[in-house]
Amino acid sequence: MAVTPEDVRHVAQLARLGIAEAELATYVGQLNGILGHMEVLQGVPSAGAAAAADAAREGMTRRPDELGHAVPLERRREDFAPAMRDGFFLVPRLATHEDPGEGA
Amino acid sequence: MTASLLDGAAAAIAADVNAGRTSAAAVLAASLERVAATHAGAESLNAVLHPASPGAEAGSAASGALAGVPVAIKDNFATLSLPTGCGSKILEGWVSPYEATAIRKLREAGAVVMGKTNMDEFAMGSSTENSAYGPSKNPLDRSRAPGGSSGGSAVAVAAGMAPIALGSETGGSVRQPAAFCGIVGVKPTYGRVSRFGLVAFASSLDCVAPFGRTVDDAALAMEVISGHDPHDATSSTSDVPVMRVGAASLEGLVIGVPKEYFPSSLDPAVKALCDRALDRLRAAGATVREVSLPHTALAIPVYYIIAPAECSANLARFDGVRYGPRMDADGVQAMYAATRAKGFGPEVTRRILLGTYVLSAGYYDAYYRKAQEVRALIARDFTEVFASGVHALFTPTTPTPAFKLGAISDPYEMYLSDIFTVTANLAGIPGMSLPIGRVDGLPVGGQILASHFDEPTMFRVAYALEAALGAEAHR
Repeated sequence: MAVTPEDVRHVAQLARLGIAEAELATYVGQLNGILGHMEVLQGVPSAGAAAAADAAREGMTRRPDELGHAVPLERRREDFAPAMRDGFFLVPRLATHEDPGEGA
Repeated sequence: MTASLLDGAAAAIAADVNAGRTSAAAVLAASLERVAATHAGAESLNAVLHPASPGAEAGSAASGALAGVPVAIKDNFATLSLPTGCGSKILEGWVSPYEATAIRKLREAGAVVMGKTNMDEFAMGSSTENSAYGPSKNPLDRSRAPGGSSGGSAVAVAAGMAPIALGSETGGSVRQPAAFCGIVGVKPTYGRVSRFGLVAFASSLDCVAPFGRTVDDAALAMEVISGHDPHDATSSTSDVPVMRVGAASLEGLVIGVPKEYFPSSLDPAVKALCDRALDRLRAAGATVREVSLPHTALAIPVYYIIAPAECSANLARFDGVRYGPRMDADGVQAMYAATRAKGFGPEVTRRILLGTYVLSAGYYDAYYRKAQEVRALIARDFTEVFASGVHALFTPTTPTPAFKLGAISDPYEMYLSDIFTVTANLAGIPGMSLPIGRVDGLPVGGQILASHFDEPTMFRVAYALEAALGAEAHR
């Protein structure tokens, strides 16, 4: 399962990471080197082990997945998110985007 | 406030503050003086990125178990008073709108946050060399790494800036720097200490983890920060036991020595110090027995699939919109890519790529699912050993003492420095490192592991070993 330059470009796109073409060969080599050490796992008989371990895990209770109260803010909202419009936080506008709210 | 008081035990400082013999402000001033003295010029330890301001003690309770005790905090804990940057350019200047539960508990006990400390970016590394703000230096030999990722916190304790510090553990990031710097580092049972406000790296592995100069300082910190927290979905409801159990006989205790942690390639000097520690444990009354954890050799491959997979999801939130600086580009996708390329360093980038790869279509079963299954086998090894009548395990913390800064350039070789520590994170059990001697002047750590939520037994062994070794632990 050798990693190719195309694989790295693909996962970089999935991960929203800009990778310069000049760095590509380095990452291809490093990922292949690291994943080469992972191949040892393929020969380990392990089917069903994860499910059995989940069932046996002691004391690891999980909170019920229910809607709870929001965590109260300890700083004023205006201190870290000063701009709001219609109940939404405003973030800095992309240079290439128009602001539909401008002039409205 | 004299320097000698700051050099004392955390409990002694708290006793003096509680009795009015000194003040939290005076202790903080001494701590900040120590920071200034160790951060000047080319020999700077580069451990504290954001020192507190004088007056910071006002945010803490006036009395308590840690009254006036300065505590150094790793830069990945959300704090209200100081920036939270995770050693990364992508969070430069960010200040959290809320505070981590562990920090709140420390302040309620009277502790004073004296600064935020250097770390490998987003806790990914074993040397602090991956910090965007330069490496920290080992105070015992400034040409060497202090370990990582919580290296700055370890240095703060080892160099006397604070008796206690908080770090975080995902694969050994407190025990390994504790070993390299000659101090005590504790990884709690997963769920024992709330992760609320700890910036997530790999959520199924991450733990809040304290450092102390002594076993008692570390146990005191553990008692303060432990306990259920509804803000953390994985926080345990188990009662918090007494962990400051003190040194006592180990009569009736069985300590296992896993043979896989003593390979023939182990540094003979490290092995000799482990043998001496085991002799002291026998003399303290323990029965020592060889045991086997047969899946140990698979821990590094498993860890370096699961941790990058989880990190690739957790770090998706850092995109230039909600946190930190932004790189402008042509369109939103290009902005994300440019911001993340500029904001993340090479190790974080490598792990996000690796994690995204092992989770992607066609590779998920071969890598991620397989790693989860083998992780369960590693956890089962521990369960079976503890069920066989063994109460605790003893191993070296690291294969070697601190290595030279810049000495390891191959990523996988660096990953191997965690070879004896990642297993506890994968299994969720508690572990700790304490000093057991020195090799050529460099500290060596001994590791004690116990079963889930059995920190009292782990500390019982640690207190006894620390007392039995005495000054030998530091020579």
